[in-house]
Amino acid sequence: MAEEKRIVLRNYGKIDPLSIDDYINAGGYKALEKARSMGQKEVIDEVKNSGLRGRGGAGFNAGTKWGFSYSTEADQKYVVCNADEGEPGTYKDRIIMENDPQSLLEGMAICGYAIGATKGFIYMRGEYPYVAEIVQKAIDQAKAKGVLGGFDIEIRLGAGAYVCGEETALIESIEGHRGEPRFKPPYPGVAGLWGKPTVVNNVETLANVPVIIEKGADWYKSIGAANYPGTKVFTLSGDVVNKTFFELPTDATIRDVVFGMGGGIVGGKKFKAVQIGGTSGGFIPESLLDTPVDFDSMAKIGATLGSGAVFVMDEDTDLIDVIERITKFFEHESCGKCTPCREGTKRMHEILQKVNGGNGTADDIALSEKLGKVMSRACLCGLGQAAPAPFLTTLEHFKADYDAKLV
Amino acid sequence: MADFKDIIKEYQHIPGGIIEAYNAIQKEYSYIPEDAIAVAAKAFKVSKAEAYGVASFYSYLKIGERGKNVIRICESAPCHIAGADEVIEALEKELGIKMGESTADGKFALEFAECVGQCQSTPVITINRKPYGDLTPEKIPAILAEYK
Repeated sequence: MAEEKRIVLRNYGKIDPLSIDDYINAGGYKALEKARSMGQKEVIDEVKNSGLRGRGGAGFNAGTKWGFSYSTEADQKYVVCNADEGEPGTYKDRIIMENDPQSLLEGMAICGYAIGATKGFIYMRGEYPYVAEIVQKAIDQAKAKGVLGGFDIEIRLGAGAYVCGEETALIESIEGHRGEPRFKPPYPGVAGLWGKPTVVNNVETLANVPVIIEKGADWYKSIGAANYPGTKVFTLSGDVVNKTFFELPTDATIRDVVFGMGGGIVGGKKFKAVQIGGTSGGFIPESLLDTPVDFDSMAKIGATLGSGAVFVMDEDTDLIDVIERITKFFEHESCGKCTPCREGTKRMHEILQKVNGGNGTADDIALSEKLGKVMSRACLCGLGQAAPAPFLTTLEHFKADYDAKLV
Repeated sequence: MADFKDIIKEYQHIPGGIIEAYNAIQKEYSYIPEDAIAVAAKAFKVSKAEAYGVASFYSYLKIGERGKNVIRICESAPCHIAGADEVIEALEKELGIKMGESTADGKFALEFAECVGQCQSTPVITINRKPYGDLTPEKIPAILAEYK
């Protein structure tokens, strides 16, 4: 069984989150100092070579992302931290920010130095005002200490919109607009916040950065899966014994997560399914539990690593009822900008309501399968593209559950 | 109570600060008074339609009156399977209103929410965005008493 390895949460429980002195005494801000003694390109290459990939769900190489902004000339560039973790079952960014806010600020400052940005924003979900208070105190302390140099960080609080986790919708929201995703290209790296080159990285991604600079790309690359190195913070929910968070190397398997660290199913019941990556993730049956959790291995089985949310369901779970609930979530959270998502999420919910109510037919299932396939290809952003995944994967792995409810 | 015009003034120099202003108004009023939309539009130099569009887009923003203490029940999948429905029933019974309504004395509003990021202790509710976890119907009266 895989064992916990704390990189992102290296200071968890060891320092007072509200004391910058604690952070500095634990080696904090040495990496920023080191980065500033390196060339900007050198810092970006170090991050790129470490293989660090986005921890928010898209899994894009972080250094490569930084490179786009670095090489785009502009009078102003921005570093934006995506702290809008809205994927149901996810609370890792909250744990990181509540327990070690300075490591996020240091990661942002390193990114700022590397790409040539003097301004950073943390877009915090509206559900976390109490986390924003902690991070604001950390910013104030960092400013008072002068550790951030000329790099300024501002928090913006969201107001309850799942779609704002999509990076261009998030940018729209910081600009004070409805959180509707933009057409891409241009990508934010080239033209993002107020049209300027902008790196948007997740909290967990940025919290990895100081350690990578401190210990080097080769060290980081040697941990976990070759194609998705490092660790991942998982947050467990549902019918699992240990409903908590932990950080594992990325070569751990789903079984390690659910039955190892997770401690298995509550009450000695049997495992039914696990959904990983949040409510947009695929449902995984017992036969696939030995799949490694890294991004690419998960993609191969039609699932996702996503945010690292792990939602465990026991044998008594009515999966079709859960899927109906999830389709309602997407109908509610669709921003309405593109037709396949606006209409698709609504119709998908309608059909699933009918099926869950015992009034569905095989034709309804076939229709929603077709609709799901269209949505995954035709929707503008990740929300609509991923929305049908829970339905489509349960149809693939748990078809009998649907059949049992059909007329 | 601070006037919404003064609150808007505090934020109008912030680029894109209209959402910050709305959040601040709600902290004071628990909702956005309808008249605040036109004032915000002028302050942030956008059309009334856009100012309204922003306020109506975000599920935590509410145009027009609602109860002072906003209770939100998470109904995302992890809370759903942990018995959120029973908590909803208990809240409706305790307050004598249905989901989406406010109490006649203006003290409470009852709303649905999606995930609030406290999934280690499902089912979860928040009151004025403060989370309360591991809920059972029996725990509801004591929690509400804090706000009565």
